[in-house]
Amino acid sequence: MRYGRSPEVLKDIDLTLQQGSFHFLTGASGAGKSSLLKLIYLAHEPSRGLIRLFGRDIATLPRAQLPAVRRRIGVVFQEYRLLDHLSVFDNAALPLRIVGGKIEDYRADVSELLSWVGLGGRMHAMPPTLSGGEKQRLAIARAVVGRPDILLADEPTGNVDAEMAQRILRLLTELNRMGTTILVASHDRDLVRRSGMPVLHLEAGKLSGALSPEGWP
Amino acid sequence: MTLEPPAPPHAESAVRAAPLLPRRDGRDGALMFVIAVLCGLSCAAVLLALASDRAASGWGRQLHASATVQVRPKAGETSGEASASAAETLAGVKGVTEARALDRAAAARLLEPWLGKDGVPEDLPIPELVTVDLDPAHPADAAALDTALSKAGVDASVDDHGRWLKEVDRAAFTVRAATLGVAALMAAAAGAAIAFATRAGLAARRDLVKVLHLTGAEDRFIARLFQMRFGRLAAEAGLQGALGVLALWLGLKLLGGANGLTPFLPLDWTDLWALAPVPLLAGLIGAISASRTAMVIVRSENAWGGKD
Repeated sequence: MRYGRSPEVLKDIDLTLQQGSFHFLTGASGAGKSSLLKLIYLAHEPSRGLIRLFGRDIATLPRAQLPAVRRRIGVVFQEYRLLDHLSVFDNAALPLRIVGGKIEDYRADVSELLSWVGLGGRMHAMPPTLSGGEKQRLAIARAVVGRPDILLADEPTGNVDAEMAQRILRLLTELNRMGTTILVASHDRDLVRRSGMPVLHLEAGKLSGALSPEGWP
Repeated sequence: MTLEPPAPPHAESAVRAAPLLPRRDGRDGALMFVIAVLCGLSCAAVLLALASDRAASGWGRQLHASATVQVRPKAGETSGEASASAAETLAGVKGVTEARALDRAAAARLLEPWLGKDGVPEDLPIPELVTVDLDPAHPADAAALDTALSKAGVDASVDDHGRWLKEVDRAAFTVRAATLGVAALMAAAAGAAIAFATRAGLAARRDLVKVLHLTGAEDRFIARLFQMRFGRLAAEAGLQGALGVLALWLGLKLLGGANGLTPFLPLDWTDLWALAPVPLLAGLIGAISASRTAMVIVRSENAWGGKD
């Protein structure tokens, strides 16, 4: 994959995520972690190669079926991508609204989820008034509220303290136990080691095979 | 008495989800003004078309309801006798309500626009004319009048104003077409303004569009947000434009006397019905224009285009 005419950011990546797996994606800044996630959550087209999601070649998928694929993927964006004109509650409920959910049906679930990520008392706050950690937790809540099949998280613990990072890891682990495939891009060595989950390491645009958490170079 | 359990603190305010697209934007004021002005001008053009149509109909009715007969006296007959004889004959024709011989003074008044008040010399031969008022419901035609005059032995020619009627009809059609054309142009301009505003709105909300796409929203879902927003805005602007023209119309009606601005532009209360659908039409034009524009842009913004 390349951006415009720049050199290839990712080369010869061969990655298969088994259903229900949990991997960390590591690598130095600029190694291509975010680019790899963007390929998977269909924010960028690959300049060459093949992407198969849920057993289907994305390049041959009719446009009308792309939203359905995207709904099966939860994304925690590195830059959060929260909607500043919507409250914490409405931001978290966004994926449910997009699929036509009624507030009466999802109010309790969203409230419970927000309480779980520590935002129960800030449901009516607007994103610009949130701290970095609160924004991060809100982004996670939005990514998981629709119970996606795959959760992609780009540095989800980058702006939270160690205690919150542990809670987020527990949330991700819990989701994984329920069957969600999880891929987390992270710099947090401590978190990765404590998770005990396998690591995929990116270096110079190339991806390693699954490594043990301790084997991360 | 029963006691209801206390509602959770967020329950009331969360009853309605906030709109995904902000209802108002800093640029809305200027856009609304432009659309309101365009709608107002469209309304004014339509009202002008109705008034001019009514004026043309009035002129047509007047021309239809009368005829003019020029009488040529026979040898040994005075002009007054010839006119009186023709008037008497014409008064008996079916479809004629009244026939009057114009005396020389009345005929001279008809020439005043060309010759001035003192400009008709005594020895100037003036045609002997008979004005005929026709029954508006069943007017006698020129042939019937001609036949009656011939039978009575009166040498005369009948003018049923047909030539003028065609001129009036042509003028009325031109005014109608021009004013309705102007109204259509204004509507198109309003649509273009909304399309432009939609582009600007989408450009300003690119982040929102991106998030909605990546969260699984369909192109149509996103386009509909803009369609609803700009449709509502255009409807409000249309209402304001229509109200502005209504105020202007009332001013003209009240200040301009019974017929409105002038007798040549008669205003009628029933014309105001033409303003009623303007907010709806403006909203429709706005919604369609915004939807089409948004759909094109949203599809192009969707990086992973997929196959159509």
